[in-house]
Amino acid sequence: MPKIKLSDNTINIIKEVCAEFDNKESELINVLHKVQGKLGYLPAEVQEVIARELKTSVAKVYGVVTFYSFFTMIPKGEFPISICMGTACYVRGAEQVLSEFKRQLKVEVGESTSDGKFSLNCLRCVGACGLAPVVTVGEKVYGRVAPTQVKDIIAEYRNNVCDVARTA
Amino acid sequence: MTDYRMHLLICGGTGCKASESSEIKNQLDQYLSEYDLDQEVQVLLTGCFGFCEKGPIVKVLPDNTFYTEVKPSDAKDIVMEHIIKGRPVKRLLYKNPKNDYEVTTATNIDFYKKQIRIALRNCGFINPENIDEYIGRDGYAALGKCLTEMTPEEVIKEIKDSGLRGRGGGGFPTGLKWEITRNVQNDQKYVVCNADEGDPGAFMDRSILEGDPHTVIEAMIICGYCIGADTGLVYIRAEYPLAIERLKIAIGQAEEYGLLGNDILGTGFSFKIELRYGAGAFVCGEETALIHSMEGLRGEPTVKPPFPSVSGYNGKPTNVNNVETFANIPVIINKGANWFNKIGTEKSKGTKVFALAGKINNVGLIEVPMGTTLREVIYDIGGGIKDGKQFKSVQTGGPSGGCLTKKFLDTPIDYDNLVEAGSMMGSGGMIVMDEDDCMVSIARFYLEFTLEESCGKCNPCRIGNKRLHEILTRITEGNGTPEDIDRLRVLSEVIKDTSLCGLGQSSPNPVLSTLNNFMDEYLAHVNEGKCPAGQCKALVRYEINPELCTGCTLCFRNCPVGAITGERRVAHFIDQSLCIKCGVCFEKCKFNAISLT
Repeated sequence: MPKIKLSDNTINIIKEVCAEFDNKESELINVLHKVQGKLGYLPAEVQEVIARELKTSVAKVYGVVTFYSFFTMIPKGEFPISICMGTACYVRGAEQVLSEFKRQLKVEVGESTSDGKFSLNCLRCVGACGLAPVVTVGEKVYGRVAPTQVKDIIAEYRNNVCDVARTA
Repeated sequence: MTDYRMHLLICGGTGCKASESSEIKNQLDQYLSEYDLDQEVQVLLTGCFGFCEKGPIVKVLPDNTFYTEVKPSDAKDIVMEHIIKGRPVKRLLYKNPKNDYEVTTATNIDFYKKQIRIALRNCGFINPENIDEYIGRDGYAALGKCLTEMTPEEVIKEIKDSGLRGRGGGGFPTGLKWEITRNVQNDQKYVVCNADEGDPGAFMDRSILEGDPHTVIEAMIICGYCIGADTGLVYIRAEYPLAIERLKIAIGQAEEYGLLGNDILGTGFSFKIELRYGAGAFVCGEETALIHSMEGLRGEPTVKPPFPSVSGYNGKPTNVNNVETFANIPVIINKGANWFNKIGTEKSKGTKVFALAGKINNVGLIEVPMGTTLREVIYDIGGGIKDGKQFKSVQTGGPSGGCLTKKFLDTPIDYDNLVEAGSMMGSGGMIVMDEDDCMVSIARFYLEFTLEESCGKCNPCRIGNKRLHEILTRITEGNGTPEDIDRLRVLSEVIKDTSLCGLGQSSPNPVLSTLNNFMDEYLAHVNEGKCPAGQCKALVRYEINPELCTGCTLCFRNCPVGAITGERRVAHFIDQSLCIKCGVCFEKCKFNAISLT
């Protein structure tokens, strides 16, 4: 992965977050949550700054980032698509829905489309098992999704006619 | 405070919110103010009603009318018909599928009849963002009683006598855990609430936190009083934004009322609660892993002993209980151990919340007394199998549990019976499967989960599960051999015996239970190259029977890859080299002309 040059502004954001938690090493996970919330993802360069601020090793920060599925080192797409792979959704056909998304977007799980518009991920149980199988795009939840609907869902965002009113 | 004559309760749980329940509230509010009724009727977003299948739910009080599958566009009729003219909107009432009669109140719906709600008592009844409503339903009365009338020993005795066992999966007696932590001498102790619900298909902890956050806070304070801790920590999934928000509001309100903080209720006892966020790691449900995660480390488990009760968060004695366990505490204190221990079976007291999902008519969150049979849960409460299909299996205990067959349908559900049957209680996920589900695929699905979630610390779990997954994948792809089945069993036993923590020790359970109960399916895959359920793509072919095909073009139009050719009124044909076996044509065909071989 090519090296990213962080802007001074970004570095300051990271430093501020670390300072908020008194630069304590034990607050690492909270720091990562907050930084990812502000920057969207946690590339190696960001982890280096955090390690420096919290006076710990980059290896430790990297170890924690890669341990938890919530943290990501790859930027999410403009519209992050997540397919629920909880058991309830699985038995109601989530796998077929997922393979249809992979086919339509031509990406694998964990990747983003080349135009940066969509990223594809799996998640474990949204807690809306009554609506299985469930797909989320950003904050919006789609229930009882059939493979045939996948095309329409993608089209909704590709053409940027996002129906904001239905956002859950 | 305004004295409302009527309340409209709308489910604000995750499922119903996804079906626009917030918009229903907006619409109702709008019509109410249009007709100058907003001072008479109050609209509230509550916690989960449980009946997710028929959501969004709107309940009208005081007459208890129960509306199902409500849409924002129905708001006008509810206001015009029900509130102004006083007659229920018939088309929104639940219809009993047995006789097509409309049922007006929840208590008369089969789904609710066999349920007893203790942990979920307030979900769907109160506004979770208003402490007064919790107090109005005996909230914080148990805390008052404990702090002013009971010694910590007496409270612990009450919990022990109640027979309450940990609802997170392990089933360890709660009172005993509290006593052990109390007896450890240390000037700093912690109470931890495990709200890191990672079991796919289980969402009871989330529903309790979203629907009744104060009950957890109250119980944590009581626990702190008993074990001698002044700090409580809630370890909650960052993926639960609504639960986090409501918990924060609840903590703020409790502090304002003097129920949290210094000198609670003037008794000199002080207690504070902080939140810690999980970041998506199933293994963090394990106590020691959870504690490491709270310390900012990778959530890897460590060998017990020392148990957290002796050396936990920051090396201090720590009592960890799950959300549902805590939700039972205030009721036990209020109604007494003798009331609680009359519910349930000999060794498992009280109730258990299950997330009932899968191929079942009534998907939802249910709470039943321990000892209820699987048959009652699946057929009476769950309304039977979807689309009139045959029941095949029910999976309990999540990725650590097992798949139970028909012969276990009349087994009373409790901790010990489930273990004996080759599964476990777990956190309460209950997934029903029908004839179309391939059990080898299901085992592979769970292994895929453990594979991803294994922390990698110990070899049996890290490498063993990978090998199990490879063998299962091989079988589902039609490349398995009879020796593979033996390998699965031997490897499973080794992983079970030698893994460090609960995750590894239970990860082969889905494999072992399907091997025990569905050996014929494994054999069909391996010996005949067939998937009896027709789910393993590599082993199935979709074909059109030219005699039955009417040439309606429906399959042709729906095929996502253009593998189907044919003209109107002429039999169609599937090009096997293009077919991705998505099954859409099979589902769409109205003439049963497409067969699965």
